[in-house]
Amino acid sequence: MDVTPSRPAPPDTGPPGSRALFFAFLAAGVTAFGGALPMVRRVIVERQRWLTAAEFTELLALCQFLPGPNAVNLTVAVGARFRGAPGALAALAGLLAAPMAIVMGLGSAYARYGTLPTVQNAFAGLAAAASGLILATACKIAWPLRSRPLDVAIASAAFAAVALAHLPLLPTMLALVPMALILQRRGAA
Amino acid sequence: MSGPGGEVGLLALGYAQMSLLAVGGVGAVLPEMQRLVVQHGWMGRSEFAALFALAQMAPGPNMLVATAVGWRVAGLPGAVAATLGMIGPSSLLTGLTAGAWHRFRERPWRRRIQAGLVPVTVGLVMAGAGLLVESTAKGLLTFGITVAVAAAVLATRVHPLALLAAGAGAGMLFGAG
Repeated sequence: MDVTPSRPAPPDTGPPGSRALFFAFLAAGVTAFGGALPMVRRVIVERQRWLTAAEFTELLALCQFLPGPNAVNLTVAVGARFRGAPGALAALAGLLAAPMAIVMGLGSAYARYGTLPTVQNAFAGLAAAASGLILATACKIAWPLRSRPLDVAIASAAFAAVALAHLPLLPTMLALVPMALILQRRGAA
Repeated sequence: MSGPGGEVGLLALGYAQMSLLAVGGVGAVLPEMQRLVVQHGWMGRSEFAALFALAQMAPGPNMLVATAVGWRVAGLPGAVAATLGMIGPSSLLTGLTAGAWHRFRERPWRRRIQAGLVPVTVGLVMAGAGLLVESTAKGLLTFGITVAVAAAVLATRVHPLALLAAGAGAGMLFGAG
């Protein structure tokens, strides 16, 4: 066996404390570019081995089922699983501390230099690229629906209400969600 | 307009509502976020798109666009209010439900609800994408950047951050503003 004195203790020696949760999620948050979920998975499953891949997938299913930011829900679920509410708060603080500071720093820089022509040009290109990212996401999740006319109808109705008619989200959802669930039930029966 | 204190309250309330309506993730509430900031006269649609881009550039979860909006509207209190609003109600729900998840995850109703919500999420994310493209496509160049980035994401494995950098570079080089 290759156990040497310099080697740190194995990562899977019992449930993590709030401090360990904070630092693990801090590491995940600050290195998570382009979506936090893959990096959270790497830290929790591969590096710390706090959850198996199967346990992670099961928690992820819950976090995608519930409303709210998926990566944040997952962070809360992992923290709460090991240390209850304090663990959830510690994990959340870890995940968000550095990214929030960075976003506010970028926001300040944009507010100060945003009127310079060079910065405006760069930002117009950057914003167009960011629109491309969300457009690609939309295409990816829409593609599997193409063979289900009822799903296409619901998705089109949601799109039309919000993007074309500029209706507020709450009434749109109150009308569409029950309809979507009834149609889903019919389709399944 | 109300004072800065009023804006902090409006941010917290607006985002708390979005927190519970974000089915399938933050992408579903992007149109509502844009509606909120424009309706209150906090910023125009293209500035909202710029803040969305700024949040994409930073590491961390994609709900950081809420932090960026809050920071722009009311400084640190605004950033904290928008962030806590965006994550508070949904986190509370997750924390309360996580323990009971084992019991109902295999129930048929859970699967039905989840499958039923997918098309709603798809429509809302499409709407978010459409509204953002509409406000960032100022001409042929910016529209071209959007299409090229979307195509690159779908067809290649180039890192999103590299695509954002390429977009900013192209905008600077060819004067996209």
